[in-house]
Amino acid sequence: MDILITGLLLGATYSLIAMGLNLQYGVARIMNLANGEMLVAGAFAAFWVYTAQSANPFAAALFVVPGAFVLNWLIYRYLLRPLVRRAKNRGMLEVDTILATFGMSFAFVGIMLLAFGGGYFTYSYLAEPFPIFGSPFGLNRVVASLIAAVICGLLYVWIHGTRTGMAIRAVAVDPAAAGLVAIDVPRMSALSFALGGAVTAAGGIVLSTFLTMDASVGVVFTMKALIIVIMGGVGDVRGTIIASLILGLAETAVATLVDPGMTLAAAYLLFVLVLLFRPQGLFGRRAS
Amino acid sequence: MPEKTVLEVQGVSKRFGGLVAVDGLSFAVRENEVMGLIGPNGSGKTTVINLVSGALRPSEGEIYLDEDMISERPARAIARAGVARTFQLVRVLPSLTVLENVLAGAVFGHKRLWGRAARKFALRQLERVGMAHAAHAPTASLTYIDEKRIELARALASDPRILLLDEWLAGLNPTELQVGIALIRSLREEGRTIVLVEHVMDAIRSLCDRCVVMNGGAKIAEGTPQETLADREVIRAYLGEQNA
Amino acid sequence: MTRREAGYFVLVAAAFAVLACLPFAGQSYLLTLGVGIAMYTVLATSWALFSGPTHYISLATAAFYGIGAYVVAGGIGTLPYPALLALAGVAGAVAAALVGLATLRLSGVYFVIFTLGLAELIRQIVTWVQNNFTGSRGMYVLTDITEQGIYWQLLALAAAVYLIGWQVARSRLGFALRIIGNDEVVAAHVGIHSAAAKLALFVVCGVFAAMVGAIMAPRFTYIEPSIVFTPELSFQVVIMALLGGAHRLWGPLVGVIPFTILWELIAARFPGQTILLLGIAFLLIVYLIPNGVVGRIESALRATGRKTSHA
Repeated sequence: MDILITGLLLGATYSLIAMGLNLQYGVARIMNLANGEMLVAGAFAAFWVYTAQSANPFAAALFVVPGAFVLNWLIYRYLLRPLVRRAKNRGMLEVDTILATFGMSFAFVGIMLLAFGGGYFTYSYLAEPFPIFGSPFGLNRVVASLIAAVICGLLYVWIHGTRTGMAIRAVAVDPAAAGLVAIDVPRMSALSFALGGAVTAAGGIVLSTFLTMDASVGVVFTMKALIIVIMGGVGDVRGTIIASLILGLAETAVATLVDPGMTLAAAYLLFVLVLLFRPQGLFGRRAS
Repeated sequence: MPEKTVLEVQGVSKRFGGLVAVDGLSFAVRENEVMGLIGPNGSGKTTVINLVSGALRPSEGEIYLDEDMISERPARAIARAGVARTFQLVRVLPSLTVLENVLAGAVFGHKRLWGRAARKFALRQLERVGMAHAAHAPTASLTYIDEKRIELARALASDPRILLLDEWLAGLNPTELQVGIALIRSLREEGRTIVLVEHVMDAIRSLCDRCVVMNGGAKIAEGTPQETLADREVIRAYLGEQNA
Repeated sequence: MTRREAGYFVLVAAAFAVLACLPFAGQSYLLTLGVGIAMYTVLATSWALFSGPTHYISLATAAFYGIGAYVVAGGIGTLPYPALLALAGVAGAVAAALVGLATLRLSGVYFVIFTLGLAELIRQIVTWVQNNFTGSRGMYVLTDITEQGIYWQLLALAAAVYLIGWQVARSRLGFALRIIGNDEVVAAHVGIHSAAAKLALFVVCGVFAAMVGAIMAPRFTYIEPSIVFTPELSFQVVIMALLGGAHRLWGPLVGVIPFTILWELIAARFPGQTILLLGIAFLLIVYLIPNGVVGRIESALRATGRKTSHA
């Protein structure tokens, strides 16, 4: 029972890190391997706000979210758009963006090392126990999950309820056709990429309330986000949410029942199973 | 006069989600025959070619090549069984030379040639389509009809049991068209079995022994070019009600 | 073989003969550098054999390397060294086959992601096995193999890589890979089994990487999972191969030499900034030299060739 709730709580927070990547890969078609670093940046900002400014770490969102939005917009516009233009087919675009975002992720890590040093950082916020069905869970985890749920809910409503959201879904399905129905595809792609970055940074803030991080931990989050996005089906919001919950549950189960050091193995196993039996993910469309 | 059936399509349907691209299609192609597959745009003709060549798998029905069921096999196995095709949008291999493009057809098919024997055979196919002079040229220097000829040579290089030509004559100017029709006619005289998807009516009339006419994914007529092109349903499909 | 090819053969053989004499020069720093360059050349060239034609970016190098190192670490004392080398090769082949079967049928993105975490995954598994079954974290590798011996083995392996690369390029497999790299749909329609071709090359890549790890194991003396399963290695190999040019057999070598030297310099002067170097190198490759230095040189030659032919 404990495993179930812890797993669900964890999964809910994972959904934030995967949602950002889902927007970036599913819509803008950019496999952003620097995603994890954006998350760590958000976490650093929250840490700084709490320790240096003695303020509520969530206040970091005030400048992190818009900042990440603008930064990612600029990255898309000036670093990634040229690659999109120059790629002759989707395969080449993927290779180019993988290498470019790799480069960016290393560059970010390098810069963060210079700025913050290589040590771990953590802080204690809302660390009191919060009882659910009688067992105590960290209040910070619960709050984190609630915030994640709210953000995901808002995103889901926005994507399925507004005109812009529909345009984004159209681009996710077929960019060429979307262009033909007068959707400004480059603009929508840039919007999704920027939004994805902002969501990921917000996720970083939320995760920092209960996880310990350092400058180089981004890649683990990128991996998990990728696994979730692919498991859930690229471009599909529901899929991401459900897959995050599954991953959260699986990891918690393995950590409790087998060994905490095997969480990546558990994630991998899920990944391989999905690739072997349902490569388009839970909600993805199978290419004919 | 051999009446042996080379290709048999039985009750084949193909659905893409809610869209029915091919609906319960059945026809047979006899040895040495040139079968025309015609119909208005969007009637499912290229989808049929994709189903036969293995690029797509049928949602229903079977396809047989000489009694051998090929409909569930991957494209590479179907190619090795003796089915060769050209593509509606020409797919020339850009970083290979002209000769290498044709070699590609000869090396991995059921003949599995290699080395000098393969080169000789490939060169002969290039002669056949009139491109032997360009054997070592890079593909970037080719005109559209030359690219089509290379693709045809590549298909011939696998010595196929049946040749699928997907709108091979499309996009050619009148002179090139005559050259193209003459080339296909010479293949026909050689005894090749061909399925031809075309819009060019002259070609259909002069090249095809029989035609299958499709509309909306289903077969609406079958017979000689004269018969089918005079058929009411066919005229209605192409030109609308008042002209029937 | 044509006269020209025979000429190249002799040239390359002579070069190898000269390189083999390096240990006799007596400079231990040169020998260490030589070992580093030889190691990265084997890794980068075997990587390019697979990734060049298929455009699949493999980050599995560190995983295979670690596997090879552990085969030697685990078996030293029990089995003779040559047997361990062979076993390492087999282990690399098996690992590559498993990974390839799972991921090569799908698009390149899934492959990259999978190999990205592979070294980490295997490290976690090995750590878990060691914690729960063997009791200790590390393993000692005590042999009397000298640095010279390691150098010569790596040189031999490099010769093997070049030989195999040359053979593949002239074979059906090489032709198939070129076609796959051009247009996979056409490849399928001429009868090529794309997944099998890619798998074959990937297995070759895995064998070489594992054997390099096996050969280098004695140098570490003490092996722990975190020492041999370093993701950094995978990234370095990718950069070196791409920097030089992954579509020519001798391309990676052009990338290995300057990058190894640069890395040594940066690691010595700015120890924390090697990661930044990796990042800058990746960005450089993508935006300025996508086909590597060799590719740039070839385009330049083609351009001047065209100019002179128009004169």
